[in-house]
Amino acid sequence: MSILDVNNVSKSFGGVKANVDISIKVNEGEIVGLIGPNGSGKTTLFNSIVGTHPIDNGSIKFQGEEISKLTVPTIAKLGLLRTFQQTRIYGKLNCVQNLLISYKPEKENINTMFSKIPKNLNDKAEKILEFVGLYQKRNLRAGDLSFGQQKLLELAMALMNEPKMLLLDEPTAGINPTLINGIIDRLIRINKEFGITLLVIEHNMKVVMQLAQKVFCIAHGQLLAEGNPDQIKNDKRVIDAYLGAQ
Amino acid sequence: MKKDYLYLFVDFISKLTSKENKTYFFSGIILFLLLAPFIFSAYKVQLSFMLILILLAMTWDVQGGQMGYNTFGNILFFGVGMYLCASIQIGMFFPLAEWTESGGEKTFVHSTDQYFQGLFVGLIFAGLIPPIIAGLIGYGILGLRGHYFAICTLGLGIAAGELAGGIELIGAGQGMTTPPFPKGLGSLELRSQVFYFLCLALLVFTFITLRWLYSTRFGLVLNAIRDNEDKAEAMGIYTMRYKISGWMISAFFVGIAGGLVGNIVGYIEPIEVAFDGREMGVFMVLMTILGGKGTLWGPIIGATAFHIFKESFWSMFLGWQYVALGVLIIVIVIYFPEGIMGYLREKYPEKFGEAVDEKDRKAQVTLN
Amino acid sequence: MDFLIFQSPYLLFQASMDGILLGILFALIAYGMALQWGVMNIINIAQGELVIMGGYIAYFMYTAGIHPAFGVIVSPIIMYFVGVGLYKLVINKVVDRDLFISILATFGISILTMQLMNFAFGADVVVAQSDFGTLMLFDNKVTLPVSKLFSAGVAIIFAIILVLYMKKSKLGRAIRATAQNARAAKILGVDTEKVYASTFGINAALCGVAGACVAITFTLHPYVGLPYTVRSFMIVIVAGLGNLPGVALSGMALGLFEEYADYLLGTEFRIASVFFLLVLILIYRRFKLARTREYLK
Repeated sequence: MSILDVNNVSKSFGGVKANVDISIKVNEGEIVGLIGPNGSGKTTLFNSIVGTHPIDNGSIKFQGEEISKLTVPTIAKLGLLRTFQQTRIYGKLNCVQNLLISYKPEKENINTMFSKIPKNLNDKAEKILEFVGLYQKRNLRAGDLSFGQQKLLELAMALMNEPKMLLLDEPTAGINPTLINGIIDRLIRINKEFGITLLVIEHNMKVVMQLAQKVFCIAHGQLLAEGNPDQIKNDKRVIDAYLGAQ
Repeated sequence: MKKDYLYLFVDFISKLTSKENKTYFFSGIILFLLLAPFIFSAYKVQLSFMLILILLAMTWDVQGGQMGYNTFGNILFFGVGMYLCASIQIGMFFPLAEWTESGGEKTFVHSTDQYFQGLFVGLIFAGLIPPIIAGLIGYGILGLRGHYFAICTLGLGIAAGELAGGIELIGAGQGMTTPPFPKGLGSLELRSQVFYFLCLALLVFTFITLRWLYSTRFGLVLNAIRDNEDKAEAMGIYTMRYKISGWMISAFFVGIAGGLVGNIVGYIEPIEVAFDGREMGVFMVLMTILGGKGTLWGPIIGATAFHIFKESFWSMFLGWQYVALGVLIIVIVIYFPEGIMGYLREKYPEKFGEAVDEKDRKAQVTLN
Repeated sequence: MDFLIFQSPYLLFQASMDGILLGILFALIAYGMALQWGVMNIINIAQGELVIMGGYIAYFMYTAGIHPAFGVIVSPIIMYFVGVGLYKLVINKVVDRDLFISILATFGISILTMQLMNFAFGADVVVAQSDFGTLMLFDNKVTLPVSKLFSAGVAIIFAIILVLYMKKSKLGRAIRATAQNARAAKILGVDTEKVYASTFGINAALCGVAGACVAITFTLHPYVGLPYTVRSFMIVIVAGLGNLPGVALSGMALGLFEEYADYLLGTEFRIASVFFLLVLILIYRRFKLARTREYLK
């Protein structure tokens, strides 16, 4: 059952063709990797999917529904979230507050706008912070956290929102190597226990091999190859793309 | 060892406002404010203005401090409220155009009933129309960000003043007078008292509303918009709804405040009084920054301090007021941008419930 | 609304000519604002006050018996040092910070200087008489004060001088490098402090030239600075930073708009229409960008 259907999506910025005719399918419950050399258009594709900018061509379907013309908050409300490469958190609020505000009420109406935040959310927030290892830092201002810690906070915020699918933009970049195994473990648990489908941009090949069941490789804005991790690892085109051969 | 008097002071305040003592603290303040016009009977009008300034600072902070949208345009609602209230007060009983032409109160006299009816209805509309305006233009204007929003609202505020200065019906450049207090009722004393208590009631209402607002999800969303609007949208928040609602709430209180001030001053001039971007408009921003943006009490402290300073020293600076004001703005903005509350928060985080164990701060994150 | 302007081709020509000549002056001021916005990321709310200050220098010369046309030489020189002084006193402390802080700080400078000028020169509306005379065209149906031609000509000359200076001189290249990437420029040995101070000084000088022209051609008053600031801001956001032809065209378009508005709505609404136009431009931009889900940065 495909949860995300990207079909022939193209996006240019001025003269630069960032995405050319890209088609990707992610099935429900999968962990899919998105790899490719720097500047190949991976983050642009993420931005296209979550609605940060309109696409020039093609269609993007989430859970069977066309989302390419929807705005960012609408898509997020449908259950499709993303994390950012350069972390985005609420700097002046503390970690718990960052999570409390990430909670998604079922309906967004006058009631939920002006109601007090339910007390039980605090417990939920603390549990999730513990899950990502930030419990001790829960009262710190988010802006005071290190880059890696902010990445974990972003992950926690996403979990609080209970998405159906999560697009992760380089979740292990800038993270202390000793923590990477822990993160891989958490991501696998998120996928298995919470049932969240993951599409992950990654540069760290070891992480991709451990995490993903399926991998797409993008280079120069185009889809280069797809397959399971072993196939991709040995794919000559992928190797060439990374090593810069024509 | 030197005594840290500041710490003792902050400690004292936090004890006063602790859970056990809170009710006494607030009751004490309310009592003081209720008695103030009798204790400081010569300063009734100044006290009323101080209350209004506090209100303007607090409402500015909803956009500026809590939401990160620095507006120079709230003065728009102030002026609209002022003109609207006065126009209704007059227009309900007499032809408005003739009033403004002939210098009003000499030809048309309000009876006591008419006066208070007019005032009541006028204030209601002063509270109703500005939020509607905010709602209508909000979708366009609040779609701008950062300095574009600031300058656009600056343009709005000034354009409104210039526009009002061209409309004959409300007195054009000369402005108009508001209905004078009914002569039979009593002296100037009574008038000042009545308006003082109206201002006080409005301020208390504003305080309670904003205090409640900041304790709800709405308050937290405003802060999220301030800290990272793109992230808030990416997390599924329809930020425009919150931005517009916040502006409408501010517009409501600011509009009524305008209606009251118009009556206190007695004479509405488009650029000097109603849409006074240069004074009231700037004061709003300055006071809040001085006291501390983004906090409940910051604007209150800032407005009070500013007002007392202004009243004490303005006459000293006679002729040089704007030079002093300009210097003050520069000094505050460069050296003191966090304001009083911000400074205290940095120095004594534990008093604000923000203390974090150094152990926790330095701890390494582990994931096993 | 008074549609007389569209009924008489002479009035239309008069308004158009006045508008274009006025607009060239606006463009000069806008160029200065674009310069410091692009190089130092500062929005100078006191821009209009700098113009008026420059104007008062020319007026002072006039009251001292010197022909105010020389003001277009003297004023920029004095204003350059005023600009550098302001930079060293205030601006250098807000350069690296939030844009809003620069708005507030320059706002403080603006009200400060407004009152200082009020002291120095009084609150009367004044003109620096140039006695340049007036040309009468088309059978005396259209009047063209020579001062307006003079102002436009001076503005164009100074604009050309500035463009050449920026292209050829060492400081000009340093300024352009800093505008593109301040950090890189610093690493490569550019004294960014000096660049910033000079940029602000040059901007003040440009305002000085424009102010002298205003003094000769129009009127001076301590409190009419803000509309000049708003006009230059509008021109910059329409034309974009670093687009000199765009600045010139937008300036002229704004001049035209103002003159037409003056005839259509009456002089008492002239300033209001300028501010309203600002709001409209920004809102238009906002909705246009929203189509591609962006916003004005």
